[in-house]
This record gives sequence, structure tokens and C-alpha cells, in this order.
Amino acid sequence: MTESAKIALAQIRPRLGDVGYNLQLHLEKIAEAKKQGAQLVVFPELGLTGYQVRDLTLDVAMSIQHKEIAKLVAASQDLDVVFSFVEESDEHLFYVTAVYASEGSICGVHRKVYLPTYGLFDEGRYFAPGWGFHAFASRFGRVGMMICEDAWHLSSPYLLSLQGVDLLIVISASPARSVTDADRFGSHQFWRRLLETYSSLLGMHIVFVNRVGFEDGVSFFGGSGIITPDGIWDAEAPALAETMIYGRLDPRIVRRSRYATPILRDEKQEMVWRQLGGLLKGVGVPNET
Amino acid sequence: MKPEIAHQLAINVELTAAVLTSFIREETEKSGFQRVVMGLSGGIDSAVAAYLAVAALGADNVRAVMMPYQTSSVQSLQDAQAVVADLGLAALVVDISAPVDAYFGHLEVLLGRSGDNLRRGNRMARERMATLFDLSAYWHALVLGTSNKTELLLGYGTQFGDLASAVNPIGDLYKTQLRQLAEYLRVPMSIREKPPSADLWANQTDEMELGFTYEEADEILFQWVDLRQSPAELVAAGAREAVVREIVRRVAQNQYKRQPPVIAKVSTRTVGIDFRYLRDWGR
Repeated sequence: MTESAKIALAQIRPRLGDVGYNLQLHLEKIAEAKKQGAQLVVFPELGLTGYQVRDLTLDVAMSIQHKEIAKLVAASQDLDVVFSFVEESDEHLFYVTAVYASEGSICGVHRKVYLPTYGLFDEGRYFAPGWGFHAFASRFGRVGMMICEDAWHLSSPYLLSLQGVDLLIVISASPARSVTDADRFGSHQFWRRLLETYSSLLGMHIVFVNRVGFEDGVSFFGGSGIITPDGIWDAEAPALAETMIYGRLDPRIVRRSRYATPILRDEKQEMVWRQLGGLLKGVGVPNET
Repeated sequence: MKPEIAHQLAINVELTAAVLTSFIREETEKSGFQRVVMGLSGGIDSAVAAYLAVAALGADNVRAVMMPYQTSSVQSLQDAQAVVADLGLAALVVDISAPVDAYFGHLEVLLGRSGDNLRRGNRMARERMATLFDLSAYWHALVLGTSNKTELLLGYGTQFGDLASAVNPIGDLYKTQLRQLAEYLRVPMSIREKPPSADLWANQTDEMELGFTYEEADEILFQWVDLRQSPAELVAAGAREAVVREIVRRVAQNQYKRQPPVIAKVSTRTVGIDFRYLRDWGR
């Protein structure tokens, strides 16, 4: 990709447990994004199933070959689509999964690694954790995906960055909480700072898509957007509103930013490796290296 | 209240109102309703809930019910009427004196003893609840709750009475935060400035009955509940020890009021224990 590309961010309000309705909503938004000339449309975490599925997990889980998943993959003929659902593996383990589909086939899958199980979160009770962060090729260069809590662990974007990621896709179902007298919820402010810092430290575009709507009393704040490698919001959706917004990815900004601030170039991976290995040995954790 | 705590209890009223109106709209729709019905006491909590409900659903979809008892203050009814007039609500005044008195008249014969303030107050709160849920069926309107976070934590309310509702938009806001919201929503001044009262008997005020002010309670509750500081830390930082102890005791003792009834587990999968779904399930 040498020219800038138009990206659609679908800040939707999925219905809990209603895969049929949510699939239809996805297909409509894909058609709309296509009509607007977008080359990629991104949906939030568990957009197909709803977030707090709890014991609905058994009812909403689908294998990656499921016919409903195939419908969404097929809808990626003309523009790339990122969507998320409760995935059931062949071993009948349940994952929070994101799929990147392009030209009618799957080119990237990410299973959520960090499952928050504290405070209002209960994911570890129902889901199995993914095992890593793997970048893949796309028409926008190297892409990495993270799901919500993944982004709260520094190592996740770091590992993707070392795989040469230009575009980091972060999808979430992040609750609005900690209201203060500031303009935004505490959780929303934290996310903005986090994403601005990552994008400028790692010199990559970040596409952040967070859902809206309520599940019981919990609302999800939205605030989806595209942050450039300068840490600037190219596009930003309002909080709390169901909407679709568009922004641009410009590879020239990645190039300039990597040259001007060559953090990736100067990164000492060997040192990190050695020191992490030492730390793991030091605490008695088996070192598989 | 210490200025730094007051600052932390300050809320962005516009943002808060936006979330709460979306909440009312979404939860009402998901429950298959278009309307809400609510009790209006003349106090600040139900007034704030009424203004939020109108912002969410429009005045046509909000039904207010005023349910005075013969000893209720006249000012309460007038203040509630001011909200009804200001918002242009369809409203009903249901005097609960006759059913409450009929009950205690009957029970006095059976028990040989008249009802004390506690029993009478609880009965009034439950009479109001029963009236609201009856009108809920009549108007096909969801019952909107009006208990705030301070009351819920302190357990200062009647179980299955004023604590009962289908959805409660203000249950995560302390009394001092509700006052900020009330100002933003332009709740009539007379309601914002009078001392809070359950108005279950003449000249009752919450703060007299509780033995501390809402401001003092909020300062302690916020640091203990939201900031997870220990009661000992609060006392060391200058909070009154007796009040801290009383608040902690109340919150723990009244945990039952915030929970559905306890169910004894005998089967594999038990309602309330490991039959885990949101209320939003199937909506």
C-alpha cells in the first residue's frame, strides 16, 4: 500500500446472545462501508454474540468453519472485514476470537490472550486464553490484532511491533466507568492515553473500535478512532453513540515517523530476551528456551 | 467534607445525564415497554429520576404517582406537583391512608397491639410499591427506581418497598452527586434545598434518624467503597470514629436488602448461584 486508504469503524450496539440479529447488523454495515468506498471495516469485540454471554457461551459459540462465520468471510470480497465472536475449537474450548477476512478468505485470527477476571469482569470463568500475538500480511502491510485487555499488557503491542506491524487493530467491549468532572469517563481517558502512547512509541497506526449500548447496567463507551503514528486522532467517534465513522491510513506517516523517531530500529531485542530469560530462571519458572 | 474528596465526588453532569438517559431508554425498550411509571415523593431523588426519564422517553411516556399518607407533609405533595407541572406529566395522586390504616386496624385486633413507626413506615413503603407495580400493569409501564447509592449502601430503605423497582438509573450516584445532577436538570429549588426526609412520620428527617449528615456519609462511603481504603485509615485521616463504625456496620448488616433471597443449593444448577445469565438475556 502506497496511498492512503479509507477505513470504516463500526461502533455498533450488538444484542446479547442474538447471533442472527448481530450477523444481519454486520452485513448491513459492511454493505454501507463498501458503498462509502472503505477498504476495511472493523467491528468490536464479540460483536456477533454480545459481551457478557456468561452461560450463553454454549449457545452462541461457533467454530471458525460455521456457516454464519462463512457468510461474513464471504462478505469480504470487496473490502476487508474484522469481526469477533465466541469461537469453539475442535477440543471444545471457548475463545474470544477476532478474524481478519479479505477477498473471501480468512487471513488472520487472534484469540484473546488476556482474559480479565477481576472487578466487573468474569472472562476467565468461561473462556480459554489464546497463546500469542501473530502478525500477518494484508493489503495495508503487516497487521496485528489485540482484543481489549490484551492492550493493557505492555508486552502485547511490543511483540507485535517486533513483527513489523504497521497497523494495529484493537477491538474492545470496554465499559464506561469512573465518572469524574472531566470531559470523559475515567476508562475512556485511560484508553485514549494508552493508544496515543502506543501509536507514537511504536510508530504504527492504531484502529480502535469499541462497542456501545448497555448490558444490564454496564454501558460501553464507544469512542472508536484511528490514531496515526504521530499519536494524533485522524478520526474519532463520539462516546456512547451508535455510529459508523471513517478515517484514513496513510503509510507515508509510518515511514516518516519510523525515520524521525527510530525506536524500532534501536530496540535491543537480544537484551530483552536475555534479561527476561534470567528473570524467569530467577523466579523458578521453567525456561523453555 | 475535605476539598480533595469533594473534588473527587464532582461529576461531569452532562456526561452522566447522557449515560443515564440512554440507560433508561435502552432498558425500557429491551424490557418490551415504551413507558415508565414512578413514585414522586417531592424529594430530590425521585425528582432527578423524573427529569432523566422525561429526557429519555419524553413526557408522554412518564407516569408519575404521588402517594401521600395522612401524616405526610403538605410541602412534599406540593413539591412533587411542581415537578409534575414543570415536566407536563400525566400524574395520579393515590392516598394510601385508607389501605394502610385498614391493615393496622385489623392487625391491632389480631395482635392486640398497635403498629409502631417502623412497621407503619415499612407498610407505607410497601403499599406504595404495590400501587406502582399495579399501575405498571395498568399502564404497561416499567417501574423506575429512585434509590441512590448512599441509601442503597446504608440500607436506608424498605426491602420490597421503596427499594423495589425494575430499573434504577440513580443507584450508582451518591446523594452529593445527585445534588449536582439536580442542579443541572433544573429540579425546582425548593426540592434541592430542603432537608431529605423519608416522610414516613411528621418532622422525620433522614439525617436526624441516621445520626450523621449525607455529606459525612458520602465522604466516608466514597473512600471506603470506591477507593477501597480501610475504616482504620479513614479514622486516622480524621473521620469521626463512631460514625465510621456505624456506617460500616449498617452497610454490612443491610447487605441482604441488596440481594435476592438466599436459595439453598441441592441440585446441580441453582438459580442465583450457578445459573448465570444477565437480566438482558433474551431481550
